Amino acid sequence: MPKTPVKKSAPRRASARELVFGDLWEFDPAPETADPKLKKRYDLFIGGEFVAPKSGKYFPTISPGNEAKLADIALAGAADVDAAFQSAQKAFDGAWGKMAGSERGKYIYRIARLLQDRAREFAVAETMDGGKPIKESRDFDVPMAAAHFFYHAGWADKLDCLAPGRRVAPHGVVGQVIPWNFPLLMLAWKIAPALAAGNTVVLKPAETTSTTALKFGEILQEAGLPPGVVNIVAGAGETGAAVMTHPLAAKVAFTGSTEVGKIIMRSLAGTDKKMTMELGGKAANIIFDDAPLDQAVEGIVNGIFFNQGHVCCAGSRLLVQESVAATVLAKLKRRIAVLRVGDPLDKNTDLGAINSREQLDRITALVQSGVDEGAEMFQHACKLPAKGFYFRPTVFSGVTQSHRIAREEIFGPVLSVLTFRTVEEAIEKANNTAFGLSAGVWTDKGSRILKMSTELKAGVVWANTFNKFDPASPFGGYKESGFGREGGRQGLLDYCKLI
Amino acid sequence: MASRLPITKTPKCYVGGAFIRSESGRVTALHDAHGNFFANIPQCTRKDLRNAVEAAAKAGLGWAKRSGYNRGQILYRLAEMIEARSAEMAEAIALGGASDAAAAKEVSASIDRLIHYAGWADKFAQVLGSVNPVSSPHFNFTVTEPMGIIGVIAPDEAPLLALVSLIASAITGGNSVVALASQSQPYPAIVLGEMLATSDLPGGVVNILTGQRSEMLPTFATHEHIRALSGVANADERKQLKLGAAESVKRTRLQKSEDAHDWFADSAQGVHEIRELIEFKTTWHPIGA
Repeated sequence: MPKTPVKKSAPRRASARELVFGDLWEFDPAPETADPKLKKRYDLFIGGEFVAPKSGKYFPTISPGNEAKLADIALAGAADVDAAFQSAQKAFDGAWGKMAGSERGKYIYRIARLLQDRAREFAVAETMDGGKPIKESRDFDVPMAAAHFFYHAGWADKLDCLAPGRRVAPHGVVGQVIPWNFPLLMLAWKIAPALAAGNTVVLKPAETTSTTALKFGEILQEAGLPPGVVNIVAGAGETGAAVMTHPLAAKVAFTGSTEVGKIIMRSLAGTDKKMTMELGGKAANIIFDDAPLDQAVEGIVNGIFFNQGHVCCAGSRLLVQESVAATVLAKLKRRIAVLRVGDPLDKNTDLGAINSREQLDRITALVQSGVDEGAEMFQHACKLPAKGFYFRPTVFSGVTQSHRIAREEIFGPVLSVLTFRTVEEAIEKANNTAFGLSAGVWTDKGSRILKMSTELKAGVVWANTFNKFDPASPFGGYKESGFGREGGRQGLLDYCKLI
Repeated sequence: MASRLPITKTPKCYVGGAFIRSESGRVTALHDAHGNFFANIPQCTRKDLRNAVEAAAKAGLGWAKRSGYNRGQILYRLAEMIEARSAEMAEAIALGGASDAAAAKEVSASIDRLIHYAGWADKFAQVLGSVNPVSSPHFNFTVTEPMGIIGVIAPDEAPLLALVSLIASAITGGNSVVALASQSQPYPAIVLGEMLATSDLPGGVVNILTGQRSEMLPTFATHEHIRALSGVANADERKQLKLGAAESVKRTRLQKSEDAHDWFADSAQGVHEIRELIEFKTTWHPIGA
């Protein structure tokens, strides 16, 4: 590897003085107070109406930030899922299937606009239901969800440009199951391209985060979307399995863990359903010695602590070039020490609540395995709220490739730090995983960015940035991170068949 | 003049650039359409498959890095090799009972198919890739990359043309291939191996096995280094292949053997066939001083 010029060491001087406040001064609370307009009870959204589940069963959804109950959510059984599919098929065979692309697009534009109108309300609901910091739901999740609808709306009458030399047609009814980490945004990633391509949809949100999906039903009503084009059924794994395996689902799209993705693939092995799978990841975030280190540290923090690390493409394996490892780690620890962990609704909060007790237990167990296997743990010494599910930002150094924390997806604010010496070693270590969703590269050299991007076996490569998303940018993985893409021209074509 | 006894050929499989018999030592007798003994065909095993995957893995890295222009020339060279020996290939197809005219037509179509894909080798990336207009200061672009090793499962129908179509769509995109030839008509695949060997295609990029589907498919399904399956299978086989594929999130592109296929049609070729066997990689490159 061509060595980057070694900077002459600066003359020794006392490190700049810094002010250490510790817990001396508390920040005043700065809660977001907009009304999330939550109902006490949410029914299923089938055929354009909110309908009670046939079983009459409801399950509570709580706020992971304080464990308070938010609402009761209708539990969809097999009969409800079937009703949803019948209604979606009827819509596909009827008005929606016959509609011109230009008209279809206008409905999707309306959805984007109505979502923008009610953005703050949705952001607060999202944060209360899922635990993510309000600044993320307000500045990222909801605007990006609207952007996905806006982007795909414009495709609806331009599908002839998607597949050169071929005409395309919708699959029919698409069954979609989404995770709890970006509830509304994942809904948008799924529904927007499906509708643009002319499909109809049965979508199931995750059981811990159903409220914004069901609130989205209200937006569909306001938009006047024909009944049955989008149907939303709530519930847990059993409901999800019913959605994935329903005979009327011509295509299924799943975002979630690799473990569940494999179960779905097995359950559909005897069918001819089209599938796209967006599964887990264990992304390498690679810092070279010529990287702008302060900027890189911000990128590391964003890469692993964004959304409490509940991100399939999170930069959970930090690979640092040995010559700067000590510096990067020191800077990182200082940066972590000023992260604010706590009330998700507080506008100053950097890390909100872990989505569920179950996930908190999983993170805790994996972190324990890191300690047991001999990695060195650093944790932010912050106070955590008495109620709710929280986990301290955690960094493990001295991690080897065989440690569980370097191999398994933790899906929490836990970073594993490994080092490398050469470009080749960085590539080898980064690719040494069954996953292949994303990777990050930090360097000052454009040619090295492109070299790394060529060699990394990952569907998305971020250079001098991390966790960037855009409706025009295809997202999806290699290897056990799944197949198919979401976003851009490539993603949209996965919602079409060639005729 | 005393009549001369001709030298008959021992059919061998083309693996890693060499001609092999099955490690099992087993063969299947192949008869012509009149029931006369023709030759013994290797009856490959899952161990032969594993060896072939190893060869494909070794050769695949270099093949993936070849330029599209170079891959195109090699595909063109393969077409040249078949054209020059098209009479021999036609005989191999006629062995299975096809008329001379039908056999000649299948050979011609196979050659033309290779020419079609030779032309795609340095173009598909332009058609399938993109520069994406994102709302941040990044040059965001999507390129195609090979998936890796593709398991090709050829049908009995059009034993040469289908096999060539399935192989060509995979290797044009930079993948390497382990193929299972038609079970009932394996001989055209044996001859194809001999032509591949003289085509400039690096040994190991295409490996062709013969044998029983029922013995080989389970390993095609579960071998983790095979990243995608492309071919034709019946309902039971498809289920078996997809079940195995789930274990390593393997991509499957399986057509139904119960459906009629027109392998001669223009729709049986093209850039969208290549698309089925490539990955998309999107890079966010910063724009700034």
